[in-house]
Amino acid sequence: MMSNGKVVYMDNNATTRIAPEVLEAMQPYLTEYYGNPSSMHTFGGQVGRAVETARAQVAELLGAEPSEIIFTSCGTESDSTAILSALQTYPDKRHVIKTKVEHPAVKNLCENLDKLTGQQHRITRLGVAADGTLNLDSYKAALADDTAVVSAMWANNETGVLFPVEEMAAMAKERGILFHSDAVQAVGKVPINMKKNQIDFLSLSGHKLHAPKGIGVLYVRKKTPFVTFLHGGHQEKGRRGGTENVASIVGLGKACELAGKMMAEENTRVRALRDKLEHGLLSSIPKAILNGHAELRLPNTSNISFEYVEGEAILLHMNRHNICASSGSACTSGSLEPSHVLRAMGVPFTAAHGSIRFSLSIYNTEEEVDFVLAKMPEIIANLRAMSPFWQG
Amino acid sequence: MWEYTDKVQEHFINPKNVGELDKPSGTGEVGSLACGDALKLTIQVDELGIITDAKFKTFGCASAIASSSVLTEIIKGMSIEDAAKLTNQQIADALGGLPKEKMHCSVMGREALEAAIADYRGVILPMAQGNVVCECFGVTDLEIIRAIRESNLRSVEDITNFTKAGGGCGKCEDKLREILQQTVQAMATEKASQPKTQRLTTLQKIKKIEDVIEREILPTLKKDGGGIELIDVDGDIVTVSLRGACSRCQSSLTTLKDYVEKKLREQVAETLIVEEAR
Repeated sequence: MMSNGKVVYMDNNATTRIAPEVLEAMQPYLTEYYGNPSSMHTFGGQVGRAVETARAQVAELLGAEPSEIIFTSCGTESDSTAILSALQTYPDKRHVIKTKVEHPAVKNLCENLDKLTGQQHRITRLGVAADGTLNLDSYKAALADDTAVVSAMWANNETGVLFPVEEMAAMAKERGILFHSDAVQAVGKVPINMKKNQIDFLSLSGHKLHAPKGIGVLYVRKKTPFVTFLHGGHQEKGRRGGTENVASIVGLGKACELAGKMMAEENTRVRALRDKLEHGLLSSIPKAILNGHAELRLPNTSNISFEYVEGEAILLHMNRHNICASSGSACTSGSLEPSHVLRAMGVPFTAAHGSIRFSLSIYNTEEEVDFVLAKMPEIIANLRAMSPFWQG
Repeated sequence: MWEYTDKVQEHFINPKNVGELDKPSGTGEVGSLACGDALKLTIQVDELGIITDAKFKTFGCASAIASSSVLTEIIKGMSIEDAAKLTNQQIADALGGLPKEKMHCSVMGREALEAAIADYRGVILPMAQGNVVCECFGVTDLEIIRAIRESNLRSVEDITNFTKAGGGCGKCEDKLREILQQTVQAMATEKASQPKTQRLTTLQKIKKIEDVIEREILPTLKKDGGGIELIDVDGDIVTVSLRGACSRCQSSLTTLKDYVEKKLREQVAETLIVEEAR
């Protein structure tokens, strides 16, 4: 345990802490300003203005128009809304393109489209290279006349690898195909400017950038046809029914403002911490392998496989030192197979079961990185001493 | 996060008997890197057939390590005969239980022990001779049938939790369902045809006989205008009197032996003999 007794939290791709500034901005909307933004009275109306301020803050971070921002309950809702909207816009086109490494929010929606809509769909699942990157030639070849929508993540949640989504969106646009990107991991970590690309739909999630859980956004480009997913009241201009989650919306707005200011730090100080951690682990522990492209990825993520040991066992030993991270091993997920992302990359089984994802944030310190570097070699060595496959 | 018992945590953090014996009497190796867990167990057996030492090496999650560790503790000092009877449930129980999704870790422990004992005895395990059903994890039909029988499994999910079969691509799910149905059916048939070995008191026996006559035999005979009355039970001799149409029927002996006696043997005791009152 760190001398200050604090948790060393390096699992920020799973979720993040709420920034103190965000909590402060939210508090009045959980106490005195409880009005309904739709109400006619001033008491509710002032709450409505707070929602519009937040909408502008989100739009600012994305280089979007406020009218292009729809508040949702989470990233998953945003993904479902976008893909189902596109399919309803083109009822005669039943082809969907996605990558093999999409988040379950997109993956499992696509796998269940036939059941959900009662229609037959053709799904193209684009493979990735060993370093997790996407081949644009095979993408281009997959675009077809019956393609309704392409869904590709901006950054992968497990490896942090970035996809050339802006280029991909331009290629889709030429063929009149709608393009969705799950940017849940990318927003706040890499610059995004929707004015400079042709992406139709973009999903983000509050709790990945220091806002609370239970708030998300779907960006829908102006003039992109849109079909409502959650029908109800006239909230969000009829595009998403349900009374606004005001406090969380205000929190997300604040978090986006902060993310804009912190983007530089994310790409300098956080990146340097990540690199120090990564180089330290790779040099002090034998048979440790980096998963994913070393350059084309988020500044905060490092996914490392420790061969011949199993991820859950590693995590539980880290947990004893109050170090939090994730694993792509089978045992941690409750399934029996290792992560679909690592398998799509062709990571061998000797390594896939022993993968650990470290994901940092602006709240991590160098002291914490040093602490992790001091603990990891012993944890891995002890487990290897117990492994029948480890030959010393 | 998994809910592990204190016992699991204890054996995971401070595992007992880690390593490999120098000149083991028997070695059992199960699992593989691809499967995500593997266990190599070495045992030392003395001339009296007692396991004097055991060591393990495990690749796997916390519950796999804990199952291996507790297994070595259980079998040290045990005779080979007793060790051969060890069940995966006993391993799980010694850990204060395992999450159901992790039961396969206890099965792996038992399998390694069996393999080590077979190696010591110089025999080949029959389980490996089955046909592979789950290709992802290399699980054979014999292993699946055994798990269903031993742990009374009732769903494909149960089978996956205990053997891992079906936990990969899922292509063998239909086959697993088929094996499950066949095995459960076979178990039911065996149970029905099993001799009722449990000893009944005379009073219990009479009550059961009356009950079967009342509930099953009489209604059937009544359909043909017949009837039956219980006269006496003396040891295994059940004396009855046929009534109505049955008493005049040519085939009353057939009714008595092929129907009444058969029913009573099935449902009360295999040794019963039914006779007609004279």
